[in-house]
Amino acid sequence: MATAVIPVRERENYLNKEYGVRSWLLTTDHKRIALLYLITITFFFFIGGIFALLIRLELLTPAGDLVQSDTYNKLFTMHGQVMIFFFLIPSIPAVLGNFLVPMMIGAKDLAFPKLNLLSWYLLVIAGVMMLHAIATGGVDTGWTFYTPFSTSFSNTKVIEAGLSIFVAGFSSILTGLNFVVTIHRMRAPGLTWSRLPLFIWAHYATSIIQLLGTPVLAITLVLVVLERALNLGIFDPTRGGDPLLFQHLFWFYSHPAVYIMILPSMGVISEIIPCFARKRPFGYSFIAMSSLAIAVFGFLVWAHHMFVAGMSIYAAMIFSLLSYAVAVPSAIKVFNWTATMYKGSIRFNTPMLYAFGFIGLFTMGGLTGLFLAALGLDVHVTDTYFVVAHFHYIMVGGAVMGYLGGMHFWWPKISGRMYPEAWGRLAALIVFIGFNLTFFPQFVLGYVGMPRRYWQYPSEFQVLNVLSTAGSTILAVGYLLPMIYFLWSMRYGKPAPDNPWGAAGLEWMSASPPPTYNFDETPVVTWEAYPYGEIAVPEEAPVER
Amino acid sequence: MFDNFPLWPVRASSYAGNVDALFIFLVVLSGLMSIAIFVMITVFAIRYRRQRNVRAEQIDGSTVLEITWSVVPLGVFLMIFAWGAVIYFQERTPPRGAAEIYVVGKQWMWKLQHVEGQREINELHVPVNRDIKLIMTSQDVIHSFYIPAFRIKQDVVPGRYTYAWFRATKPGTYHLFCAEYCGTMHSGMIGSVTVMEPGQYAAWLSGGVASGSLAQTGQALFQQLGCGTCHRTDVQGRGPNLTGIYGKPVTLEDGRTVIADDNYIRESILSPAAKVVSGFKPIMPVFQGLVTEEQLNALVEYVKSLSQSPAGSAGSPQLKSPGSPQ
Amino acid sequence: MSDSPVTIETHNPALQHHFADMEQQRNAASFGMWLFLATEIMFFSGMFCAYLVYRYWYFNEFAVSSTTLNLPLGTVNTAVLICSSLTVALSVQAAQQGKRKLLVTLLVLTLLLGLVFLGIKGVEWKEKFDEHHVPGYSFDVSKMAKESPIPIDGQRAQIFFSLYFAMTGMHALHMIVGVGLFTWLTYRAWKGAFGPGYYTPVENFGLYWHFVDIVWIYLFPLLYLIDRKPLH
Repeated sequence: MATAVIPVRERENYLNKEYGVRSWLLTTDHKRIALLYLITITFFFFIGGIFALLIRLELLTPAGDLVQSDTYNKLFTMHGQVMIFFFLIPSIPAVLGNFLVPMMIGAKDLAFPKLNLLSWYLLVIAGVMMLHAIATGGVDTGWTFYTPFSTSFSNTKVIEAGLSIFVAGFSSILTGLNFVVTIHRMRAPGLTWSRLPLFIWAHYATSIIQLLGTPVLAITLVLVVLERALNLGIFDPTRGGDPLLFQHLFWFYSHPAVYIMILPSMGVISEIIPCFARKRPFGYSFIAMSSLAIAVFGFLVWAHHMFVAGMSIYAAMIFSLLSYAVAVPSAIKVFNWTATMYKGSIRFNTPMLYAFGFIGLFTMGGLTGLFLAALGLDVHVTDTYFVVAHFHYIMVGGAVMGYLGGMHFWWPKISGRMYPEAWGRLAALIVFIGFNLTFFPQFVLGYVGMPRRYWQYPSEFQVLNVLSTAGSTILAVGYLLPMIYFLWSMRYGKPAPDNPWGAAGLEWMSASPPPTYNFDETPVVTWEAYPYGEIAVPEEAPVER
Repeated sequence: MFDNFPLWPVRASSYAGNVDALFIFLVVLSGLMSIAIFVMITVFAIRYRRQRNVRAEQIDGSTVLEITWSVVPLGVFLMIFAWGAVIYFQERTPPRGAAEIYVVGKQWMWKLQHVEGQREINELHVPVNRDIKLIMTSQDVIHSFYIPAFRIKQDVVPGRYTYAWFRATKPGTYHLFCAEYCGTMHSGMIGSVTVMEPGQYAAWLSGGVASGSLAQTGQALFQQLGCGTCHRTDVQGRGPNLTGIYGKPVTLEDGRTVIADDNYIRESILSPAAKVVSGFKPIMPVFQGLVTEEQLNALVEYVKSLSQSPAGSAGSPQLKSPGSPQ
Repeated sequence: MSDSPVTIETHNPALQHHFADMEQQRNAASFGMWLFLATEIMFFSGMFCAYLVYRYWYFNEFAVSSTTLNLPLGTVNTAVLICSSLTVALSVQAAQQGKRKLLVTLLVLTLLLGLVFLGIKGVEWKEKFDEHHVPGYSFDVSKMAKESPIPIDGQRAQIFFSLYFAMTGMHALHMIVGVGLFTWLTYRAWKGAFGPGYYTPVENFGLYWHFVDIVWIYLFPLLYLIDRKPLH
């Protein structure tokens, strides 16, 4: 498979086929749309990250002395909204998924390329609305919009933020729709379901959740907006409405949403580990089925966010039981990934370092989920920093590390360039250290009783907060580095061969970067997935010293 | 900054120990699981690194292993579920004979009403070793009543009562926090719970209040708002006689039967047409917007006092042993 | 469709280049529309869920408030929508058979029926507005409460009307979108874009129209037909 390295500029590929802003803004090429998304979500990650840094700065001291309390309340609200709806939910599916799903199944594009472009525009429009809401006063309801505070008491841009998320939701739904139809109908000849890459299985499961869950958030936000704007009284207790109904409707989407955020990441890890261990995944069908199991069970556990909300004891018990059931498929994945490394031939390039980090941090985050699902214990730790630490371990330690691992893994394919390996490893290490220092103290903070969303706090909580803030500055550096060196590599990076890692998968059979129509001829698949016994590590693959 | 750097919350209630036990078990279990995975990965990474092991061995999987590591964790999880459920059941079932204290949360303070009449803001005084049941509501948005030292937390929701209970086991002063984001001064909606020896508590109570007990305040309101005009106790009035109704079933005009509990009494004052007692006309005026939450609590307490001697007097001299039925 | 001559398929101007053949394209489009309708079901389900919960809690208020809705107009609207689904189904058949004039006629009929529906809905809403049954500052159901044979709480009746307006409003919004889609379809049909080799938009937008019809078939009994026998 080793090919002579042809300088990127000489071959026609999706990047140099056409130049000009119009060719990008009106493109229907899934690969270009993936890059448009990359720019958008990176921008919003930056914004959400700045909010996070301001939050951590305020929390350096017990008193509220950096910003006013209303400002602080807006900061954590908008940090959550921007990070969840404009970074995490799109991230892997819209960037890596858009780029890779057609290539991995041997197709020329997604089923509905124009709809794909529309998805991106919807996200951009939603983003503009959100930025406008932020710039003209912000929102201070918490990303969870609990009523009646959001409907009858908040004086901020609730309607605009709600509508912005409504529009972003449609972006998500359409992407999911596109993926499901594509995976069902456009697989190359010979590519049966049991030969699909696990990345595809993960995105298939994610897309089902996007399709079925997001509309419920949409209608819930619509009802909140209508109540605020037109005085309907559906959630207003002074008119017979029930605030808990809002919570049920909201969490019915927002719990599956966390699986939208983690499943794609798991799909990335399932591609990286076999490649860098040179082994077929251990338990392929179990990993594939566990993705579907998580998608299904994920819809049944929403009220574990409401154990102290005033629900009946018996309802709480059912949701606790189901929450433990949904933990099993995730555990299965971790065990299978670990077993994949057994008797492998392991290389430690940057993607693999991120995979190691993912397994470690996701395991810790997932285990702390067991704490929260335990009813009697949840009463004490819910609504405290324990929960904040738990979900950041999964979403940042898990999903973001998976995203970064995937970006490094497929960067050569996407850009035709290699990123600088030493910097990649350094950044991975910095992210890992910074992350743990930021969020581990928060577990302790939560158990000793510091509630979340607190602008000021009793002085005995200060030491742990200072540790956390220190960690966040390190984490920020770790995130900035890839932004810099990926950009650098686009001009100065070593040109990449078609398959620098010796990876399996149809996408690696095409050029780096690929031509617009992905393949010169539609591949015909006659082999089982992950034939790592037969693929050699190419000579020019970067090896560790 | 380094003085008073807690790594563990104080344990000051009867079930705090149970919660901590489950927590410690989970910490140990998670720690062992994490270490096991980390060690395995480290060992594999070193033992099977490319320099040492150029050729990987293709192993597809092992159904036995898959089933084992699905069933065993599931079993462990079910055990944890059961343990947590038992503690939760205990936490959410106030023992009979518990003393009652009313709590009203509002932006951004906690208002507490003792049945003896004391009112507190952001402070709660309770005797040690006495079951205390909190009857809580919110005046505006959702708040959450959280005492870390007791390991209790319960959202207070506008429009209805929610309940929590505890038995403090250690005299001292502990944090009270609002744990559900509620607006500008959510982080300022904090206070303290002071647990006192019975003697000290009695002294504090007798430091007294001019207005009399909560039920007496309720009675005064009952007359003032004209409730007594229809709800008579001597003859059959235009409204049902309220003596002895608390906790008993009530048959409604449309055939349903409900229990006359705290929420029922409260609802009947705020939305009387929602549940009309059989044989009566829906002529009771609507008091929504005309009474505050504290006044409602006083009225509810008064109606309850018409049923039996109040179970819920925290300062009552005939202290029952904790948890015994009335 | 495998009976079609090869020449039509390979030279079909409607074939998009990322598809291998028309059959794949047709299947994908159809599947996509069904998935979209599944998302629409979930979208409406939030409101249906709220409706079910409140109807269970506030049955009396819901029953009495329901009787103030205009049953004759609601029934006419139901008939109008069912007829429009018939015209939609016939139009798909007309497209399949390449009968352009018939196709355009049926599409226009569908459009008109849809507009009739929206018009009647407007009349109903105006009625509610005049009776002060619209939630908000001028909401006043004291007359309804007085005339009611069973006691009801006026504030709780507001929940019924909030849900009535939210549900019929969302449905009407979807009808308006449908009218827009069918206007576009009519124009394209008139231009001769559809025939036996390509009628996918007619089929799929027809599916959308059927879906909106079905939502109404659920809304109508839930909102209009609660407890139509006299209340004791």
